Amino acid sequence: MTFGITRVDLEVGDSTRAAFGEALAAAGADERVVVVDGDVNNSTYTNKFKAKYPERFFNAGIAESNLVGIAAGLAASGKIPVVASFSTFLLSNAFDQIRMSVAFPNQNVKLVGTHAGISIGEDGPSQMAIEDVAQACAFPGMTVIVPADAPSAQAATQAMIEREGPTFLRCGRPNVPVVYPNGPELHVGRANTLREGDDITLVANGIMVAMALDAAQALADDGIEARVLDFHTVKPIDSETLEQAAVETKGIVVAEEHMAYGGLGATVAMALAERHPTKMAFVNVGDTYATSGKPDEILAQYGLTPDAILDAARRTLKG
Amino acid sequence: MPQARAEERDKLEELTRRIRRDIVVATTAAGSGHPSSSLSMVELCTSLFFGGVLRYDPANPQDPDRDRFILSKGHAAPGLYSVLAEAGYFPTENLQTLRKIGSPLEGHPNMNRLPGVEASTGSLGQGLSIGVGHALAARLDGRDSRVYVIVGDGESGEGQLWEAVMYAGNHGLDNLTCIVDHNGYQQTGAVADIQPLDPLTQKYEAFGWAAREIDGHSLDEVTDAFDWVRGIEGRPQAIIARTVKGKGVSLLEADPGNWHGKPIPPEEEAKALEEIGAPA
Repeated sequence: MTFGITRVDLEVGDSTRAAFGEALAAAGADERVVVVDGDVNNSTYTNKFKAKYPERFFNAGIAESNLVGIAAGLAASGKIPVVASFSTFLLSNAFDQIRMSVAFPNQNVKLVGTHAGISIGEDGPSQMAIEDVAQACAFPGMTVIVPADAPSAQAATQAMIEREGPTFLRCGRPNVPVVYPNGPELHVGRANTLREGDDITLVANGIMVAMALDAAQALADDGIEARVLDFHTVKPIDSETLEQAAVETKGIVVAEEHMAYGGLGATVAMALAERHPTKMAFVNVGDTYATSGKPDEILAQYGLTPDAILDAARRTLKG
Repeated sequence: MPQARAEERDKLEELTRRIRRDIVVATTAAGSGHPSSSLSMVELCTSLFFGGVLRYDPANPQDPDRDRFILSKGHAAPGLYSVLAEAGYFPTENLQTLRKIGSPLEGHPNMNRLPGVEASTGSLGQGLSIGVGHALAARLDGRDSRVYVIVGDGESGEGQLWEAVMYAGNHGLDNLTCIVDHNGYQQTGAVADIQPLDPLTQKYEAFGWAAREIDGHSLDEVTDAFDWVRGIEGRPQAIIARTVKGKGVSLLEADPGNWHGKPIPPEEEAKALEEIGAPA
C-alpha cells in the first residue's frame, strides 16, 4: 500500500490498528486497563490484549450502545476501559451513549475506532467512517487523535491511557507508510513539524501525512518550500502552531481522510479565522459517501492523493 | 409479624411520607419536574436506602466498597434527591433549589455535581449498562459491592436496556439487581397501549435472570424482595414492581397519562400534602 507515494522514500509499516493492538497489550501491565470489545477483536487487534489478560477482556457482542455503557460503569469504578470497534459503528451506533454516559459525566473511557476512512477498500461505504472525527469533536471535552503511522499509533495509545479523560483514537485498516521510523515525539495537543518551509503549509493527519510529505517533495522540486505539519490531535487543536504557520507562510492546505465537514479542515479553519485568517484549501472526501474497490483506487477516485494536495497547494499560492 | 420488623416498617412508612412531601414541595416550588414518576418509586428507594439494604456512607461517597444505586429513569430525579437528602448527602432545605441556576440539583441527575449520584442519566435506557460495568469491576476486584438499578417501564422500550439484560444474564452477574418501576404509564399514555411489556417477569427469566413481581408500594413485599435478591447466586435479579404513577396524590393518580413531567399546581399543593399525610 503506497497511496500513490513516489517522491519520498517511506517504508510501508504496520496498520495503525495493529500498532494500537500491540501498544494496548503492553499497556495492560497497568491492572486498571480493561478492554470492552464488540466482537471484532481480531479486526481491532484487541485480541493481543485478550491473549495476555483474558480476565480483563470483555466481549459484549454486537451491541455498541451496551459496550459504551459498560465502559462508563467500569470507569466510574476506577478502571481504564478501552472500547474498540469499527469507528463508524462505535461513533454512530453509540453516539448517545458516548454523549450521555461518557462525555457529559467526563468519564475516563478510551474509544478506539478502527477501519476509519475510505482506505478500508473492498468492504465499501457502509463500513467506512468518514463522519467520525466530526462526531467525536462534537462532544465537549473529548480529545481526538488521528495518528499518521504505526509508531504514532503506538505512542498515541500509550498517551491516551496515561491521560485522564475521554479520548477518541482513530485508526485505519491498511498497512501504511512509516513517517516516523525512529518513533515520534507525540504530545497530545501539539502538532509535529515534519518538514520546514516558508512558502506554504501542508496540514494533515492519518494517512494524509505521508501524502503531504510526498507533495512537499514535488513542490520542492519546483522551488517551493512547504512546511508539513502532522496534526495528530484534532482536539484540542494546536492553535499556536497554526497561527505561526499562517504568519510565516502564504497559505494552508488541510488534508484528511474524512468528509468535508466537521473534521480537521473545519477545526483548523475555525482556529485560524479567529487568530490569523489566511488563504486555505481543503483536501478531503467531500460531501459524499465513497464506494467499494481497492484502497488506492478509491483514494484516487475521491481525490485523496499526493497530487491532490499538490494541486491544492498550487491553487492556494496562485489565488 | 415480629415486633421489631413492625417497628422498622413504621419507621420506613414515616420516611415514605416525608420523601413524598419533599418531592411534591420541591417540584411545585420549581414549577417543573416529574413528581408522578418520582412518587411511584418511593417505597423502593426508601427500603433500599433506609431498610438496611444499600451499603453507603455520605461521608465517604466514593468508598470503593460501597454499593451502587443508579437511577436509570433520570427524570425521577426529585425522588432521588429527596432520598439523598434524607440519607444525609446534603441538607433537606437544598431541595428548594431544585432545577434552579447554580444548584447541583439539576433537572436530571449529574454525578459530577452531586455526591451520591452514581450516574448521570436522563437519556433513557443507559443506566443498566452502567450498572453492568460497576458489577464487572466489583467482580474483577473481588469486592462484595452490589449494584441496584431502577429502570422505568416506559424506558424499557429502549433497545440498549435489553442489550444489558442479555449481557448480565449471560454472564451471571449476581451482584446486579434491576428494579423495574412498573407504574404503567409513559409520557403520553399507558405502556400497555403504546409498547406493551408484559409478561415482563418471563422476559427477564428468559434472559437468564431470577425475576419476581411484587406490589411496589407494599413495604413488606419490597423488603422481602431485597432479602430475596441477596440470596440469589449465579444470576442477576429483576424485581418487577407494580406501582402507581403519582402514588399518594389523588390528582395525579386519577389521570396518570396526563401528569407526566408536570408539577402539582400551587393551589393543589396543600391538598396533596394532606393526602400524603406528611409531617409539617
